Amino acid sequence: MSLLEVKDLTVTFAGGIEAVRGVSYEVSRGEVLGIVGESGSGKSVTSLAVMGLLPENAQVSGSVKLHGRELLGMREDDLIKVRGKAISMIFQDPLSAFTPVYTIGDQIAEAVRVHQRIGKDKAARQAVELLDLVGIPHPDVRARSFPHEFSGGMRQRAMIAMAIANDPDLLICDEPTTALDVTIQAQVLEVLKTAQRETGAGIVMITHDLGVVAGMADRVLVMYAGRPVEQGPVDDIYYRPRMPYTMGLLASIPRIDGEEGPLVPIEGSPPSPRALPPGCPFAPRCPMKVDACDDEEPDLTAVGGGRQVACIRSREIEDKGLTGADVFPVPVIPADELVRVPRAERSTVLELDGLVRHYPLMKGSVFKRRVGTVYAVDGISFDIAEGETLALVGESGCGKTTTLQQIMQLEAPQDGRVVVLGKDSANLDRSARKALRRDLQIVFQDPMAALDPRMPVGDIIAEPLRAHGFPDRVDELLELVGLSPADAGRYPQHFSGGQRQRIGIARALALEPKLLVLDEPVSALDVSIQAGVINLLDSLKARLGLSYLFVAHDLAVVRHLADRVAVMYLGRIAEIGTVENVYDRPAHPYTQALLSAIPLPDPAMERSRKRILLEGDLPSPADPPSGCRFRTRCPLFARLPESQRRRCVEEEPSVVRQARDHGAACHYAEEIEVITASDDQEEK
Amino acid sequence: MGKYLLRRFAVNLILVAVAASLAYLLAASSLHPRANFAGRNPAPAVEVVDAALDDANINDKTPLLQRYGTWAAGVVHGDFGKTWEGGSVNDEMGRRIGVSLRLLFIGTVLGSALGVMVGAWAAIRQYRVSDRVIGVSSFVIMAIPVFVVATMLMIGVVGLNRAAGSTLIEYTGEYNPTLTGLDQLANRLNHLILPTISLCLGQIAYYSRIQRNMMLDVLGQDFVRTAMAKGLRRRTALFKHALRTALIPAATYFAFAFGTLLTGATFTEKIFGWHGMGAWLVDSIYTNDVNSVAAVNLFAAVCILIAGFLSDVIVAALDPRVRVS
Amino acid sequence: MRNKVVLRRLLANRQARYGLIALALLVVLAYFGPYIGAHDWSEKDFLSFLSAPSADHWWGTNQIGQDIYAVTLHGMQKSIVIGLLVAVISTGLAALVGASAGYFGGWLDRAMTWCVDLLLVLPSFLVVAVISPRLKNASWLWLVVLLAVFGWMITSRVVRSMTLSLREREYVLAARYMGIPGWRIILRHVLPNLSSLLIIDATLNVSGAILGETSLSYFGFGVQPPDVSLGTLIAAGSDKAVVYPWLFFFPAGLLVLLVLSVNLIGDGLRDALDPGSTR
Repeated sequence: MSLLEVKDLTVTFAGGIEAVRGVSYEVSRGEVLGIVGESGSGKSVTSLAVMGLLPENAQVSGSVKLHGRELLGMREDDLIKVRGKAISMIFQDPLSAFTPVYTIGDQIAEAVRVHQRIGKDKAARQAVELLDLVGIPHPDVRARSFPHEFSGGMRQRAMIAMAIANDPDLLICDEPTTALDVTIQAQVLEVLKTAQRETGAGIVMITHDLGVVAGMADRVLVMYAGRPVEQGPVDDIYYRPRMPYTMGLLASIPRIDGEEGPLVPIEGSPPSPRALPPGCPFAPRCPMKVDACDDEEPDLTAVGGGRQVACIRSREIEDKGLTGADVFPVPVIPADELVRVPRAERSTVLELDGLVRHYPLMKGSVFKRRVGTVYAVDGISFDIAEGETLALVGESGCGKTTTLQQIMQLEAPQDGRVVVLGKDSANLDRSARKALRRDLQIVFQDPMAALDPRMPVGDIIAEPLRAHGFPDRVDELLELVGLSPADAGRYPQHFSGGQRQRIGIARALALEPKLLVLDEPVSALDVSIQAGVINLLDSLKARLGLSYLFVAHDLAVVRHLADRVAVMYLGRIAEIGTVENVYDRPAHPYTQALLSAIPLPDPAMERSRKRILLEGDLPSPADPPSGCRFRTRCPLFARLPESQRRRCVEEEPSVVRQARDHGAACHYAEEIEVITASDDQEEK
Repeated sequence: MGKYLLRRFAVNLILVAVAASLAYLLAASSLHPRANFAGRNPAPAVEVVDAALDDANINDKTPLLQRYGTWAAGVVHGDFGKTWEGGSVNDEMGRRIGVSLRLLFIGTVLGSALGVMVGAWAAIRQYRVSDRVIGVSSFVIMAIPVFVVATMLMIGVVGLNRAAGSTLIEYTGEYNPTLTGLDQLANRLNHLILPTISLCLGQIAYYSRIQRNMMLDVLGQDFVRTAMAKGLRRRTALFKHALRTALIPAATYFAFAFGTLLTGATFTEKIFGWHGMGAWLVDSIYTNDVNSVAAVNLFAAVCILIAGFLSDVIVAALDPRVRVS
Repeated sequence: MRNKVVLRRLLANRQARYGLIALALLVVLAYFGPYIGAHDWSEKDFLSFLSAPSADHWWGTNQIGQDIYAVTLHGMQKSIVIGLLVAVISTGLAALVGASAGYFGGWLDRAMTWCVDLLLVLPSFLVVAVISPRLKNASWLWLVVLLAVFGWMITSRVVRSMTLSLREREYVLAARYMGIPGWRIILRHVLPNLSSLLIIDATLNVSGAILGETSLSYFGFGVQPPDVSLGTLIAAGSDKAVVYPWLFFFPAGLLVLLVLSVNLIGDGLRDALDPGSTR
């Protein structure tokens, strides 16, 4: 008998909005079911419905059986015996999921005492043991900390500790690593695997990240517009998808082991639950759509081998062995003329030389006083040649955003130089600065926040034109980014995320800049939409001869868009070079760990892949370690003999050239391959 | 922490000093104590008037800044000057300060405690009948100024007493000086009933609205869901996790609510015949009593700063995130 | 477009609907009611002092024979005008001060924050009361100025803190990186995005100002004779309220209704303009 059996689950919110429209799945003991879908696909609502935690205005119907007992409609008295005991849940954002006013230890102990008749002391001790189990250092001390004193990764560990406190049979993980950096994500996923081993629980893993699912799940359920569209064993879903949406999704993901060149975009965006199309909800975006698709929404039907697909053409897909790349049209992006000119002969559009930005660390709310210095950016240098894309990558807190702000401000830095198009930012007067702003524009991360909600799109794009006395060419710009001039009168909230980002790009291009700074331009977008925006940026660069400074945390996207890459760690550059050099032969231990932490959407590779796991969290930028900043977490440092370690502790490494256009800031740099490295290779 | 408190104290001291000086200058320039003598019959000689005004340092023939200097020097030494009739402001203040503080204390404590309770209860019972009743009544109460509430209470009590044929509830003054011992205590409490109700009603309504909204903000948050996912009952999760967290933002409104309470106390004192600071202010303005007016303003400024400080202390006690380590 | 949406939401809100209807009726009563009544507010009926409501004097008369109906409506006109003027001026002041302090920061911000802190330490009621003797022979417009000058601080604090967060918004950064000057960013991006807050606050400031005016007038610190307002009428009526309740209840009742209807609209506006917030 299955552990959890969900049948025909539907959730309707006030106003008749159907967020979930008939979901059925089963989970057995010890099994991991991955539920994959983009935002708005109903995957999180499904899991909250299972727990009975939806707000009162949601109507749930169908059946949810745990060990054969129906949970839907159960009285609160009985339900509280199941929640936290038989089923536990791990939420996405661990900061808001803990009550801010109680200590972590108390909150875990509370979970213990709800279901076990034990004393306060014993529960507190148990909480410490649980924290130890999930790898929190000094658990006895940390149990007395408040949630805000924990880092994101630690909070998620504590969340896992709380979830497994009562040895549950089923763990529901709702995007457990989405809010975390990749190296921390790798740690937390490892902890989850440990937790599963310890408890033998079944896991429902809800995520939008196909890489995470590939490494964790036994079976996968793909959701689209509130319904499952495909279900089956993980290998079948990844290697032999039969539903065009799954095929497109898999093909559109940028991969760190992928080829350069255009990605496969899925046109359009997911339908709003208020206005579902007739028939198959994916039909409007589907390149394989035939007239029959509009007639009726296809049911999820078994096709053998434990698989279920909701597509009337699935048989044909299987017979012809079609893949996403076969079905979805790939745009042709013209080659960039400039690339053929050797880099040394191209002019430099941006040069950073020893850039420093320190912030005073303030404390107190009414009277601020300085208690230290945040070394946000601590001496970084790089340059960007004309027609080139340099990616600045690193995890949160590494200083990449500060670097970008320093460049955009066009003011004299605290130390070092910022030279834009041959002009030193320290020597600019007001009018020269304004003139230079024409050539330097920015595209922001969050396409909603970047556009003034009170202005129609036409005004938004016209704003830079008017400010600099340019002729009005809003229509032309809208067409340039693939929108229609008719859109100029609409407001930003009437556009989808991908379209808003296109508007942001149009505004940035209005003044015909030479250098475009891209601040995480696709990280807020769903995978299927990401590809279209990346392709647009790629083709604009070729058509307009732009140079990009591309700030990102997603190394896979970087691989597709960038020519060169600079990896930052705690305000310094750890490694810099061409994308091929850095990705295929990383020399800095941090880059190696970063690359190895990124999950690949490839179950077979994920199973055999060797991970370099980092210890602990990023140190505070207010108190960086002496010598090499990375040494406290460095796996290489840990292996070095004492005699060699001294150099890491005492001497701060600077970037040393390894090969043609490749350098690493490590005293003991050694190029190795990590992306596809597997355990088998190690043994050879 | 000690250093932090000290600095805060210093800044507040400066604020009080500037505020009090401003109040003095305003009072001294807009009140005309000389006019008090004008109506007398027979009209006193100019020299006599000047002497009386000089005695209290309120002569408009003395330059304003010079008067201010004298006043400020006195205040620094704890001397608030003389009333226009020549009495000591300090003595008068000594008599009145306790009266006001008693009213303010009761108003604050009862108002905030009851208000928070009512608000939290309404939030938990959102959209039920009790929530709606509380919501509508707090809305109506907030639209009624204190002097209307007080007058209405007075009318009601007069009617009640008349119907009962004896004085069930007192409505003027603080106590009956002819009574002693327990009788006097009971009499004092009786005298407190009406002023307390008229002061507290508005506060309760205000706090209940704030607390209800804060609670509803918190109810939708992830940690309440986590608490229920652990296996806590909804009610337990609401009280232990939601209410406790929702108290923090409500505490920041404490200082603000106190400001309205202070103004409200003026009306309560005046209407129910209590001789407190608020009533004194009104009387002093009528009598052009510059030094008394300045003293009341100083008292108000100190009270408000203390309320602001208390509000910060309460927030720090409730919220581990803002504690200064 | 947006305005239509807001209006629709506002009318869909039951509270706001009641508030709007009540306020409309009150305004109509205040401005057209006097034409229906038999007496002018300045007229004195020497045949009936302190007479109870009757067919001739609908709401009774006071001790000098004035018709309470006419006098109260006349007073209400004044209270409404004062409330509106004060709200508009003080909210405008708050918006300008708060937005520039928040956006420009630096010494300007520090100076303004200090100024606001200082003014908050002195309750506006006390300050205006102290200055009031100067109003004795001055126009009531000076009272409006005083109420506005001492009533903008709390709104400006909210505006400032919201500007601080708006300043870091990407669309403001984008404008800055385009080379658009600060004051234009405030006018084009900051204030329009605070408009819902400002509209709500202006509405609630109307009721605040009406309450402030009546409170001051109650002690004779506000509107000065021969002008009348609801506050002066309530003050005149309250000491005789026990014996001659009509002197008190008509002005007091209208005051409460007026404040209540404005508050209902303000609250409804908050729901309509700011669907996310529940405050």
